[in-house]
Order: sequence, then C-alpha cells, then structure tokens
Amino acid sequence: MANLQSDFVGIKSPNPFWLASAPPTDKEYNVRRAFEAGWGGVVWKTLGSEGPPVVNVNGPRYGAIYGADRRLLGLNNIELITDRDLYTNLEEIKRVKADYPDRAVVVSIMVPCEEEAWKAILPLVEDTGADGIELNFGCPHGMSERGMGAAVGQVPEYIEMVTRWCKQYYSKPVIVKLTPNITDIRKPAAAAKAGGADAVSLINTINSITSVNLDTMSPEPSIDGKGSHGGYCGPAVKPIAMSMVSEIARGADTRGLPISGIGGVTTWRDAAEFITLGCGNVQVCTAAMTYGFKIVQEMISGLSDWMDEKGHSSIADFSGAAVPNVTDWQYLNLNYVSKAKIDQESCISCGRCYAACEDTSHQAISMSADRVFEVIDAECVACNLCVNVCPVENCITMEAMEPGLTDPRTGREVAADYANWTTHPNNPAAVKAAE
Amino acid sequence: MTQSPFSPGVTAGRLDDAALRENFSDLHPALDAHEALVAADRCYFCHDAPCVTACPTDIDIPLFIRQIATGTPDAAAKTILSQNIMGGMCARVCPTETLCEEVCVREVAEGKPVLIGQLQRYATDHLQGQGIHPFSRAAVTGKTVAVVGAGPAGLSCAHRLAVLGHDVTVFDAQPKPGGLNEYGIAAYKTPEGFAQAEVDWLMQVGGITLTHDTALGTDVTLEQLSAQYDAVFLGMGLGGVNALGVEGGDKAGVLDAVDFIADLRQAGDLTALPVGRDVVVIGGGMTAVDAAVQSKLLGALNVTLAYRRGRDRMNASVFEQDLASSKGVRIMTHVVPKAVHGNGSVREIEFEYVNDEMSGTGQTVRVAADQVLRAIGQTLEGDGLPALERGKIAVTGAGRTSVDGVWAGGDCATGGDDLTVTAVAEGRDAAMDIHEALTGAAQ
Repeated sequence: MANLQSDFVGIKSPNPFWLASAPPTDKEYNVRRAFEAGWGGVVWKTLGSEGPPVVNVNGPRYGAIYGADRRLLGLNNIELITDRDLYTNLEEIKRVKADYPDRAVVVSIMVPCEEEAWKAILPLVEDTGADGIELNFGCPHGMSERGMGAAVGQVPEYIEMVTRWCKQYYSKPVIVKLTPNITDIRKPAAAAKAGGADAVSLINTINSITSVNLDTMSPEPSIDGKGSHGGYCGPAVKPIAMSMVSEIARGADTRGLPISGIGGVTTWRDAAEFITLGCGNVQVCTAAMTYGFKIVQEMISGLSDWMDEKGHSSIADFSGAAVPNVTDWQYLNLNYVSKAKIDQESCISCGRCYAACEDTSHQAISMSADRVFEVIDAECVACNLCVNVCPVENCITMEAMEPGLTDPRTGREVAADYANWTTHPNNPAAVKAAE
Repeated sequence: MTQSPFSPGVTAGRLDDAALRENFSDLHPALDAHEALVAADRCYFCHDAPCVTACPTDIDIPLFIRQIATGTPDAAAKTILSQNIMGGMCARVCPTETLCEEVCVREVAEGKPVLIGQLQRYATDHLQGQGIHPFSRAAVTGKTVAVVGAGPAGLSCAHRLAVLGHDVTVFDAQPKPGGLNEYGIAAYKTPEGFAQAEVDWLMQVGGITLTHDTALGTDVTLEQLSAQYDAVFLGMGLGGVNALGVEGGDKAGVLDAVDFIADLRQAGDLTALPVGRDVVVIGGGMTAVDAAVQSKLLGALNVTLAYRRGRDRMNASVFEQDLASSKGVRIMTHVVPKAVHGNGSVREIEFEYVNDEMSGTGQTVRVAADQVLRAIGQTLEGDGLPALERGKIAVTGAGRTSVDGVWAGGDCATGGDDLTVTAVAEGRDAAMDIHEALTGAAQ
C-alpha cells in the first residue's frame, strides 16, 4: 500500500482526506466518529467571537439537486457558523486533539473584521493545541450580510489585512479559505499570500437557489414561505472548484502557494484530480453528509491502489502533475485532429449519439435501418458530445489522426508540428513567423 | 375444508378461500410512486427507440417514461392512451418480453430491460384511478357505424370513431363487454374487475351504445347492419374451438380451455369452481398456459401441458412457459393425443410421441386425467361473412374486407398476432380508414 502520509504546510495527517469545516465537524461526537472511521484530519466548524452564539433557522437548512435514481449531485445550505458556545467548542477541540495526536485538527474561525476581535480569539484557539487555523472568508449567506465570511473574501485588501493579523497573533499555520463568488480567484489568493498565509483552501460554497416550490412560489429550502440563497456544494461544483484551483496553481502571483482542495470531492479519483492540479490535500463535506464517514475507506484504498499502479511513493510525487498541462485556449494545438469512433461490439444502439449529433451538432453520425450507428469522418469535428451522451463507458472514443493522414473533413493533411491560434492565419492579431 | 388437492375426480374447494385469493392476486403488483421513479430513471430516451418500433400500437414509450420521471404521470397516460385506448389492459397482458422489453437497449446491455409494461400500468392506473377521461368528441358528423364485438378490436375502433364524431353501436354476443379481456385472460393478469372498469372508463367518451347478448348471425345479420349503418366493423373474435378429433374426445371432463377460463373469470366464488385432480391441457399458446396455470392455482394436484412440438415452437412466450413451470405445471412436448380413455368420464389420455416433423414414432404414453382442456386453436364461426382467407376474414390495408363498407380486425381477421395489443391497433387503424371513407378526410 502506498504511503498516504500527508504533510500540508507542516500539518501532518495519516492521509490527505480532511473533513471540511461544516456540519460534520461541529462537535466532538462527530469528529471522534470521523477519526475512528479513518479521516486524516478535520477542519472544525467555524468558531465565532465570544458571546451569545449565532442562531440558525428552525426549518430546512438544505436543498438538493438530483441525478437519476435520486443521486444527490448538488447540495445547498443556509446554515451559519457553529451555534454552540465558543468555550464548549474550544474544550472539545482540546480533548479531541489530545486523544488523536496523529490526526490533523484545524480550527475554522470567523470573527468581525476588527483587529481586536482576532486578537481575542486567536490565543484561545492556540491554547487548544490544534494544528492550525482556517480563516472562513467564504460563507456566502447570513454571515456575509454581517460583514463577515464572503463579504471579506470578496475584498482582497481585507483578506490581506486579516491574514496579517492572524500571522501576528497566532504561531501555527494559517490557511485562508476562499469564496468562489468572485470574478478572478487569483486576486484573493494573491492577497492571502501577501498577508503571509501559509495556504489557501477552496472553494467555499457558491451562491445558489436549488429549486422553487411551484405551489407556494417559495425558493427551497423554504422558511415559512421565503427562501434566501444558500451555499452550493457537492459533485456539481467540482469542475468550478478545479478550474479555480488550477488558476491559483499556475497564476504568476500565486504559483507555489499551498492549496487545500475543496469542492465536490466524492471519490478517490476526485481527490487525485484535485491533487494533480496543485493541491496538497483535499477537504470533503457533501460526500460524507450523503453517505456517512465510511466513504473515506474507499478514498484511501482507491488512492493507494492508483498510486501503487503509477509508482507514486508519496502524495507530493504527483501533486501538481497536471498543472503544466493547464493552458489558455490560445495555446491549444490547432493541428491536432481526432475523430470519434464507435465500438460496435459495445454499442447498445440507443441512438443518443445520433440524436445529439444530428439535432444539435454536426450531422456526423449515420444511422442504418437496422440501427447501426457510424461516424462520418468527413463531417466529424471531434466535438466529443457523442462520447458525453453515450450511456456505455468507452463505447465511443476519440481517436487521434496520425500526422500525414488527410482529414476527410477539411481535405488537409494532418500536420505533425504544433500550431496555435496566436499564429493562425485567421487571427487578425496573429504574429507572423519570420520569413 | 373437506376437499384437498388429493381428492380424486373433478371437484370444487381443493383450496381454501385465503389460498385462492393469494394464488389469484396480481401477477405483477403495481409499482408504487417511488418504484415507478426508480424504474423510469433507467430509460435512456433512445432516438427512434426500438421499443416503439416493437409496439404494435406505436406508443411513444421514451416520452411517456420521461413524463413519469418528471412527475407528470397523467401526461404519460395521455401519451399512451392516444395511441392505445386499452393501454391499461395491454400493460397487464402484453407479452412485453417478446415486444417492447425484448428490444429495450438495457435488455441488450444488461439483460434487464426498463420495466415498460409496469410503467405503462403505473401511468394509466394513475389517470384512470381518478376517473379522468382525457378525450372528447369532435362535432357530431351524423354518420353511424356498427361495431360487432366488444373486445379489444371493437372497443378500440368504437372509441376512435366516437372521438372523430361518429355515432357507434357495439353489438356483442356476451352479457358483458370486454371480449377476451373479460372472458379469456388469466384472472391473475387482470384482477379486481379491471376489464369492466376499463370498459366503463372508455365509454365515458360518449357516442357509443353497447348492445349485449346480440350475436352476429343469430340475432342480427351483416346484411341488416350494412343496410342500417354507414359502415360496419367486424371484431367478434373467434367463437369456435377446434375439436380434439380422437376416439373418446367427447367424454365428460373434456372441455374447451376458453370455456374453463371464462367460467373462472365469471365465478364469484372460486372455492365453488370445480377442477380435476389430474388436469391435462392440450396446446402451446397463451390460452393453454393460462388454463394450465389457473388449474394449478385452483388446487389441481397434477397439471400437464401437452404440446405437439418442441418448446421453442410454442406460441406462449418463454416468460409464460417459465411461469407455468414455476407454478408446478409439467410441460410435455412432442406429443399428440391418440385417444381419451374412461368409462363415461375421462380417466386417462393417450398420446403418441412425434418427431420434429410431426411424424408418429409409434410410441405412446398414457397420462392420468380427470379433466382435459383443449387449447388447440379457435375458429371463426358464422355465415354470410366477407371472403375468408385461411379461415379468417381476409383484409387489406387498414382492415378493408371484400365487402364495401365493411371492415374487420382483431382475431377474426387475417393479419396480427392474436394479441390484445394487435387487436387494439387494428381497431384503431380501421376506425381512421372508416373515418376517411365516411368524410373524405385524409388522415
């Protein structure tokens, strides 16, 4: 079995799977269960300032989007930070950390954007013996209306300022959790880095309304007939999260900044993908909330088997391995030509590729009277839609054309060399190669 | 209970009421809302779907399943019923394993088709259970059509004609409408009075008058109908049953399987219905299986289904054959009856083994039997009918017969597979053709 030991900005855990700051990490009881199940670490649900705790709604806190067979694809929530007393949480954190010294315990914090507030809470957290803190600059609902959470995360100057305070008043690693509800994720990440953050974690949840009740006209989750936007997470947000992670991983001002990946991690494969895009570890919430803590067993065995298969001896071995391959559209090789190919052995003749291509794409699939579906190479632009709509895995594949062959669609020979848009004759701004 | 499966002879009350209720309950219990959603989720919404091609009534199956999946089962029912007004019955009795579900791409991919039949039942039950009839009549045309036979073909034809604005009178020889749906299908396929409930629901469209206990040939003639109505549709099915044609074939205890099934379907109290201890059913079609299985369910100790060819040649589907086997029916193949033995009442039936070419082998076997049920095919009865072909009314196109103004469909006509669903399709298509003929309206 591969060594899954994780060292994220000096915080050690037996595996890179942490539970994100969220309902599963709100209490000692849950966190102990998580550690017993095998989770490498937790980010304790966000603590607020001393005093009367926040209150939550007393109706539904979650809304969902489903796929076939009621598989939960997306979850949204309107829950706030912990609604339990600060000292109760601190005592529990201290006890749990003492009992699980090999696990990572990071404390999420969200207090007002005032130096005194941070100065007050940081020593209390330091005293728990927890391994680090995560600054919640992402919560998109409720707290943001009070000038915290995403309201801070959307102003890079505030991020830098608060991060600086934390580095001043706290001795252990400071992770800044970013909100995706922003145009350019590199700006807040750069601000965190400028403020001295040890790492960023992302994404927090996305502003969302999951559904509208067509009888009552209330958004869901509905509280007495009204709804407010919540934070969206789960498998549906993974592509958004991975794009943002990759932007930070390759950004000129942010490259090298450690990243804890969050957003729809559901399987070992999702975790591996986040790590290849530059993450040092991953945080999970929705998958645990959907299936329970036991899923970490699959994540551990899956990642371990894959690492063994690929010969990776540590997480660091492949962390960021895909980053060099993330580029801008303009640098994609326009000389690369591929064609869809349908494996007739595995085709079940559902015709979905045909409907998709014929109705909405390039009329590049033929259908015979006896339901044999074949790609018309002279029409196929290799858009991949047929692959995406096919219900059978690996039935339709994209096959690269060898250089020297003639693309029957364009009549042009497939070139072996690389050529992108920046030099393409159709580009008015093309840089002409020297004669 | 004084009788048991071991009691000799033909007797009632072999099983108690509770056992009979259990035996004759729904073969496929209805899907509940959750089960329907799970089943609907499996549909791939295929392009030009094979299931639609396989459906004799061309129901848009992917569309109705998507309508179920999106929470609109009544819309699904309308999709079904607009093609097949007896979609509720067909959902129960169609051999889906040889039609839509056989070609379902998930059958191809995984050996487990989408449960099309059960989903169809879910949708149609949902709508019909509310008493909603989603079709209304066009402006009355003043044209009148006589329909002979209130079975699937006749009622399908009548309904479509009524929707198109014609006034329809349906004549049926039986006291109750429904044809084989009411008299000829295994009780466990259509329990709880569904056949009559479906007819009542269908009649809500209006414009249809039912005349029962009126048989063509005895109570009314085709000539009279042709003279009195603007068009006639013949859908009276097959009234006769082929005789066994062997020595002793007239002994007591030798019955027609269709009569046995009809008696069972009309029996108010199954504990009062007699059945033999040793029952032999002769035939290889759906009727044979229905009779054999129901004999077993009534409490017969030994039930044998005797067929003259191999199992692969049986008209009953593999599903039906397996159903029979699972209920304890023994299937004998390659046997033809030679003689019925017994002193007044049948005691034994003697078969000769035949090869695949139906040639006798000279070897015979005797099987104990105190009841023999004939299910060796039915024949068309009646005089003064349009021209026949292979014993059925010859039709061309959408059910046109040799007589101008007379159409035919269902089991009494050529074409089709003697299935409820093909009868419905033929009745519907004939109605469209009649409409065109009466009004000059192109479809």
